[in-house]
Amino acid sequence: MALITTKVRTFEVSVVISNKPGVREPEGETILHDLVAKSGFDDVKSIRAGKYLRVSVAAPDAKAAKKMVERMCNELRIFNPAAHSCEVTVGRTPGV
Amino acid sequence: MRVAVIRFPGSNCDLDMVSSLAKIRGVQPKLVWHEEDLSDMDYDAIVLPGGFTFGDRLRAGAIAASSPALSKVKALAEKGLPVLGVCNGFQVLVESGLLPGALLRNAGLNFVCKWVDIRVENTKTSFTRSLKQGRVLRMPIAHGEGRYYLGARELERLEQEGRVVFRYCDPSGRVGKESNPTGTLHNIAGVCNKEGNVVGLMPHPERATEPLLDPEGLADGALVLSSMASRSPR
Repeated sequence: MALITTKVRTFEVSVVISNKPGVREPEGETILHDLVAKSGFDDVKSIRAGKYLRVSVAAPDAKAAKKMVERMCNELRIFNPAAHSCEVTVGRTPGV
Repeated sequence: MRVAVIRFPGSNCDLDMVSSLAKIRGVQPKLVWHEEDLSDMDYDAIVLPGGFTFGDRLRAGAIAASSPALSKVKALAEKGLPVLGVCNGFQVLVESGLLPGALLRNAGLNFVCKWVDIRVENTKTSFTRSLKQGRVLRMPIAHGEGRYYLGARELERLEQEGRVVFRYCDPSGRVGKESNPTGTLHNIAGVCNKEGNVVGLMPHPERATEPLLDPEGLADGALVLSSMASRSPR
């Protein structure tokens, strides 16, 4: 009897949790007003701080890895949908 | 009335809560470890005390909110049992979805620790039914994440349904920007579910049950805690 094996690889998945647009984010505001703007970086218009999780997950392919992490974030309320948005991307760099 | 005070790793207002509840006539509080069994055969009400459950990892209240204990609390809340969340307990209720919204980092980024005045806005809940509408209560707050947030449309609905239970105000009961300690929307200090049996608030009623410990010599927190044992209709 032949064994059917699916090759499982490890993927790095980036999760960025940030306040939704319109929800004040005081840490980013402080970084902007009390550090960046005071230091001459006048072209910087906005800074939003958030939370970053780097997740290693075993999955057959990148699409499955992303899907699994998205399901984890939704089911375990890794973010609070009332106030946060959650961005999941495969790779060590978010949003690519 | 048997009241379960649920203790998680990191709870730190649990013993104050038990001792405050024990002073109320007809109330028998019991400290319950979060992994212990919780059934409505044993308890008539549930309190989630303040603290830093699971070290505030991920987000204040987020990990306790997904614990098996909270699934049981949800089931009991659906049966109509009074459930009170104070400070981190309120954060747990919000994160578990038992109450709507989110409690975000205070606008000033500071941990705010001081006595405040709050106005009773809804007297139909399990924890305010013996109080008068508009009554001003003095209690301390002590938190870093107490800025209540809810999307504009949902917030409007929450207000229309009268589900804001407490609002920060000045000693005369006036609600304004200057009496808002954290940038919380609409000066919200506490909200309830549709049925009014689940209430969460950021101020600490259990720290305001001894006249000796209140600079004004009051004990307003006892009025909130004793409401659940009062016989007047919910």
